[in-house]
Amino acid sequence: MTRPRLVVGSPFQILLLACSFALAAYAGVRLLAGDWFGVALWIVGAALLHDLVLLPLYALADRAVTRGLGAAGHRDRTMYVRVPAALSGLLLLVWFPLISGTVAGHYRSATGQSPDGFAARWLLITAVLFGGSALLLALRVRRATKRRPPAVH
Amino acid sequence: MRDDGPRLPTSPGFWRSPLRGTWFTSVLGLVLLVGVTVLFVTGLVSYAAYNPDLAPVNDQTPDKGLLGFYLFSWPTNPPWLYRLTQGLHVTLGITLIPVLLAKLWSVVPKLFALPPARSLAHALERISLLLLVGGGLFEFTTGVLNIQLDYVFPGSFYPLHFYGAWVFFAAFLAHAALKTPKALRAVRERRRGEDGQASPGPDEGGPASPRPDAPTVDRRGALWFVGGASLLLFLTTAGQSIGGALRRTALLAPHGWADPGGGPNGFQINKTAAYAGVGTKQTAAETWRLVVTAPGGRTVRLTRAELLRLPQHSAALPIACVEGWSTADQWWRGVRLRDLAALVGYDGDPPDVLVESLQLHGAFRRAALRADQVADPRSLLALRVNGEDLSPDHGYPARVIVPAAPGVLNTKWVARMTFGEL
Repeated sequence: MTRPRLVVGSPFQILLLACSFALAAYAGVRLLAGDWFGVALWIVGAALLHDLVLLPLYALADRAVTRGLGAAGHRDRTMYVRVPAALSGLLLLVWFPLISGTVAGHYRSATGQSPDGFAARWLLITAVLFGGSALLLALRVRRATKRRPPAVH
Repeated sequence: MRDDGPRLPTSPGFWRSPLRGTWFTSVLGLVLLVGVTVLFVTGLVSYAAYNPDLAPVNDQTPDKGLLGFYLFSWPTNPPWLYRLTQGLHVTLGITLIPVLLAKLWSVVPKLFALPPARSLAHALERISLLLLVGGGLFEFTTGVLNIQLDYVFPGSFYPLHFYGAWVFFAAFLAHAALKTPKALRAVRERRRGEDGQASPGPDEGGPASPRPDAPTVDRRGALWFVGGASLLLFLTTAGQSIGGALRRTALLAPHGWADPGGGPNGFQINKTAAYAGVGTKQTAAETWRLVVTAPGGRTVRLTRAELLRLPQHSAALPIACVEGWSTADQWWRGVRLRDLAALVGYDGDPPDVLVESLQLHGAFRRAALRADQVADPRSLLALRVNGEDLSPDHGYPARVIVPAAPGVLNTKWVARMTFGEL
């Protein structure tokens, strides 16, 4: 029986990464000087939450849309749904605290401005995105129908 | 149609998107190479803008050690300098979010690839990738939350975002050194070859799927999609840093859409008087006095009326916040800081100054300004703005305004100024 040999790999890569780790550790001890557990949880949690929750969720949603449209014979129209849905979802993801109103009271007292418009404006943007996509699709379908040679009777 | 393909993400065949491939990942990676570098540099610049080595009150990360190696005296020219660097930092950061998400999506099969480590070098690289992905998401998340005033992160924003940036950038540099040559090669080869839509040849060790689904969009279209998402975020954010009529276009940015109230004081507010706990009891003419002092020297106490009788000067200067938003130039009027220094014995060559606010809480209720900032003829203790008295929310009875300084160093509701070596 042969023991598995340790494969070392590129020495350049090892040196480079050792250098990177040293710098990261120099900053890292300062980063973790306060609530070290909370910060470590946020960094590891951010990676896990993205890779194991957010990404699978939107990938599954995308697959459901593609399959659903495919079943209806319109797989080629996936982008007309995907684009407005993704853009609207992206805006919600980035501006979630303002749109959801979780910081509304704090926002009002700090900035002196009304926190009420964010959700409404996001909904209107979403309406424009889906409406624009629907309009574009309708125009293309119409153009394709017109261009098609007279149907065989 | 039955799908009897692999059921586990550790199998390359589990990943079906025909978009994944070395070229797609490389283009996104190269965009991030440039973009993240600009974010890092403008972030470091923002730290320097606080003049943290001037006085402990300006430094939110006093344990920085060598990480402050590059600090320099923040200039007062051009007066829009911080508007530009910090507007760029925040707006670019938001604009890059779709690119970051697309990049992570494009390489996710590699997260599950087996064996977990092919060599010691590879094992170290994968640990580094945790710092890269976790650190990157941490930086983007803390930044995005902070500008929305959602302080849910575990600690104060400044040390988290500053030290986190160094951890992230350490991993970023290693990743860039290891991957940039391959990415450049992939992009160059693609450009040289025909504009083939399918993956050009076998994608050895790359993220391409071995059994791709039929495409619903080609790779070029997918890149347009990512670019369009970035453009949408840019267009709905940038207005908060440009101001004027364009503020209306920043539909979802925290300081976009509208200005608070109207009239001469109707421009963006960082913290209101009520939020800072400053009330009319402290700011009334009978109670409020400005104390101007020099250690071991003279001390004078001035009412607002007395300040108004001193020589008044004007300066057109913006407010620019670390949160990335800013205002167009406002027309400030008040007493020059160097004239106040002269009142307590510093004729000619004014020194540094420590400015203290009536505000009882908050990290920047006290802030220090460097001698060159005090000496600038446009640096004022402003009493009026745009032809009217300051409103309570903009710092009545008196506030500091200094060209090119970050917003929080323009102390509002000033109570005391101590001139001299800090």
